[in-house]
Amino acid sequence: MDKCIACGLCAEKCPKKVTNAFDAGLAKRKAIYVEYEQAVPLKYAIDENCIYFKNGKCKACEKFCPTGAINFEDQPKELTINAGAVLIAPGCAVYDPGLYDTYGYKKSPDIVTSLEFERILAATGPFGGHLVRPSDHKKPKKVAWIQCVGSRDMHPGSQPYCSGVCCTYAIKEAIIAKEHEKGELDTAIFYIDIRTHGKDFERYYNRAQAVGVRFLKSKISSILPSETGNLRIDYTDKAGLRVEEEFDMVVLSVGFTASHKALDLAQKLGVETDQYQHALTSSFNPVRTTKPGIFVCGTFESPKDIPQSVIESSASAAEIEALLAESRESMTLTKETPEEIDVKGDPPRIGVFVCNCGTNIGGFLDVPDVVKFAKTLPSVVFVEDNLFSCSQDTQEQITQVIKEQNLNRVVVAACTPRTHEPLFQETVTNAGINKYLFEMANIRNQCSWVHSNDSAAATEKAKDLVRMSVARAGLLEPLYDPEMEVNQSALVIGGGLAGITTANNLAQQGYVTHLIEKSDVLGGQALNLYETWQGEDVQKKLAGLIKAAEADKNINILTNTQIKEVSGFVGNFQTTVETAGTEQVIEHGVAIIATGAQEFKPDQYLYGEDQRVLTGLELDRKLIDDNLALNEIRTAVFIQCVGSRIEERPYCSKVCCTHSVKNALKLKQLKPEMDVFVIYRDMRTYGLREDLYREARAKGVAFIHYDFDKELVVSKNQNDLNVRCTSYVLQREVEINPDLLVLATPIVPPRENPVASLFKVPLNDDGFFVEAHVKLQPIDFATKGVFVCGLAHSPKPVDEAIAQGLGAASRAATILAKDTVQISSLVSQVDVEKCIGCGLCDEICAFNAIILEDPEGKGYKAKNIPASCKGCGLCAASCPQQAIDMLHFRDQQIIESVCAAM
Amino acid sequence: MADFEPKIVAFLCNWCAYAGADLAGVSRLQYPSNIRPIRVMCSGRVDPLFIVKAFKEGCDGVLVAG
Repeated sequence: MDKCIACGLCAEKCPKKVTNAFDAGLAKRKAIYVEYEQAVPLKYAIDENCIYFKNGKCKACEKFCPTGAINFEDQPKELTINAGAVLIAPGCAVYDPGLYDTYGYKKSPDIVTSLEFERILAATGPFGGHLVRPSDHKKPKKVAWIQCVGSRDMHPGSQPYCSGVCCTYAIKEAIIAKEHEKGELDTAIFYIDIRTHGKDFERYYNRAQAVGVRFLKSKISSILPSETGNLRIDYTDKAGLRVEEEFDMVVLSVGFTASHKALDLAQKLGVETDQYQHALTSSFNPVRTTKPGIFVCGTFESPKDIPQSVIESSASAAEIEALLAESRESMTLTKETPEEIDVKGDPPRIGVFVCNCGTNIGGFLDVPDVVKFAKTLPSVVFVEDNLFSCSQDTQEQITQVIKEQNLNRVVVAACTPRTHEPLFQETVTNAGINKYLFEMANIRNQCSWVHSNDSAAATEKAKDLVRMSVARAGLLEPLYDPEMEVNQSALVIGGGLAGITTANNLAQQGYVTHLIEKSDVLGGQALNLYETWQGEDVQKKLAGLIKAAEADKNINILTNTQIKEVSGFVGNFQTTVETAGTEQVIEHGVAIIATGAQEFKPDQYLYGEDQRVLTGLELDRKLIDDNLALNEIRTAVFIQCVGSRIEERPYCSKVCCTHSVKNALKLKQLKPEMDVFVIYRDMRTYGLREDLYREARAKGVAFIHYDFDKELVVSKNQNDLNVRCTSYVLQREVEINPDLLVLATPIVPPRENPVASLFKVPLNDDGFFVEAHVKLQPIDFATKGVFVCGLAHSPKPVDEAIAQGLGAASRAATILAKDTVQISSLVSQVDVEKCIGCGLCDEICAFNAIILEDPEGKGYKAKNIPASCKGCGLCAASCPQQAIDMLHFRDQQIIESVCAAM
Repeated sequence: MADFEPKIVAFLCNWCAYAGADLAGVSRLQYPSNIRPIRVMCSGRVDPLFIVKAFKEGCDGVLVAG
């Protein structure tokens, strides 16, 4: 594997074509292949379709491989790894709609799964990113999505649970398809409930409606090829009427299903699974399996989307870090590097190494000509070409040449710095040259591979690229990545469930943690919760967590405490807090924001006017205190989305549907003869929570899907409460007289959140914190050393708050685990002589890496904070005085490249 | 003008556009050889003066991608 340079020659020569599973079977690949272009490591592999494996003849790949990377004698090896903990993330499988062909999947090539449609939309997909239907490669005019294919379905082969992701991905596919066709595409999504419960997903749903994606609540009867070559969908609409409509293409939004491989693994490890073959966990230990020391994350735990999977992966890491805290760094090795030669002030002596990359560069452009050209460039004292510049022996040879020729700058013209710069930087370091005196010219990925039809033009461009790199190299300066000491302690802001979880985990890992809470008790919103959706007693569990925090000597709990001032940056924050009138400064290396949110108190539906009208949490309180006057309640009504999913508050609070269904069931359990109604817009009991919804219906809870466009009225008729709304199913107004009316209100963040401005981290329009990346960095902020978890991030249930709390601990530990933090050298540099203190840089820096200071009272000057700087250079480009420059990407270095390009 | 071949300087963000140009290579997508890419750590680094400089030096077009 070390020898493979991913040139692709093997795949080009391989005679065996096989179906490309990555393209969802819509295209072919060879028996030797990389799964997809972004694969890491980018190495070719041979699958079982190989002709040599079948017939003992061929070996074309071996013959043509320029590096001898193919070894047909390779055998499976059994490895023994001694580990203190195991994390399993085997994922799940996707429902195969061809198994029981209810949806006509096999009857027409134009009925595709959502994953096939993803590949059709992809630029690297089977049709080069053109939206065409597979049968005749014509552009479709009408595309339909069918939701819940294989999910929320009791038929054989399907899963009763909700897969939780399909509504949002179908909306995404419909929007992208529409954008692709510039709006000239009719898109329709056939659904049961639209479940856009994730952070900001409801906004996305609203946007889809605004751009004209049609949403049809329906039951599909059949999808059949019509006489016109299209597909006819027969369905029952929300009013119960039979409708027919033709589409050119139908996308089946397939859900998750159990993976047999994952189940095998679980069985081998002795990990217990639930009835759907997911690893068994609990709300308070969301990533612990039933076997101590084995953890789980991702869809093998339950169906979930990308952000939640990423959160769980961090959560598992936190659990393992705490478990193995004692043995941390016991197996770490340190690398030794030779002493660096001081080249400051020496005139540049540049060496240029031009790589052939086998035939990947040499086969498409004239490498000897490029070499000849490089020799004519100023300051260049040595040029050679290599067959493979990155091979081990060439690396050693380059090190040797640097020493022999006294080179003080090195240019390698080869592939991309994004993959190979670190390797070559190590090579020059081995010769005593500072790694920042190295430069690459990308003559493969951005030249020979993309101009392979025009050798002359490619050669000319390669020469220009070498000239540009040489010009820049001459101006490069040695830089030294500074190290700063880290204060190995954490500040957790907010003593709710998420904050306590973070603190407990960090303390178990051995870090001193200051846990501050605004109110006089720990617990936050969890103090108001009765049971989790899985039936765990929240008060009992919460008490246990608080007790653990109080008993841990690493945790310093400060209640009645507020933050007054924050200064510093990653590794070295100073935060002034006030506890009952007394101020103190806490020094800490990281901060975790867990400031929470609360239940919205409505001003409608007689709330606050009639004591029979409660919010969801108020009902929980009565259940906790066991003071619900059951004998007085004959009829109970839950109203969903009271103050949610409206123009003023256009987000979904995620937990309320499950919460109401859970409590509806509780009421039924306490008093089976009680009439219980849930009035809803879309029932969002996502994931395995669907079981509760099914159980509630089975036990006689009546669900009324009401017309949101028509008024829902709560009034009082003498002493009777009266609820009126219009049912979609009945197509008429219904009227109920409840003795208990529960309003499911949203989770709302505080109106003012000083923590956001103190730490200079952003809030979204709804008042929740904005993470660094919605999918891939759901716990981090763009500002280093500050993290977020719990309701402060977005509405979420207990298990997800705990997972994010753990995840925040693990993200924080990536900084706390080291005595020092290494800072990149690619940062801004302020020339205080030129700076006029206008503050534009401070204003535009997204990372708080540049601030205005007035150290001597002589006017403001910008000051850069290297630890926070990400090196983007926005400040440098915006400075009206050109007082800011970027190290390693200096104005002059870039301009030199620009001039050399001409 | 029939044989006019423009020279285009392209400022590419290391994290997206430059990575995209690399992927175009892995996918062997073919495109005209007129661009001369310059890698920057963010398209925000591109000072308007760089663009002016490029035109002054005689380039026919500037692409900022990020």
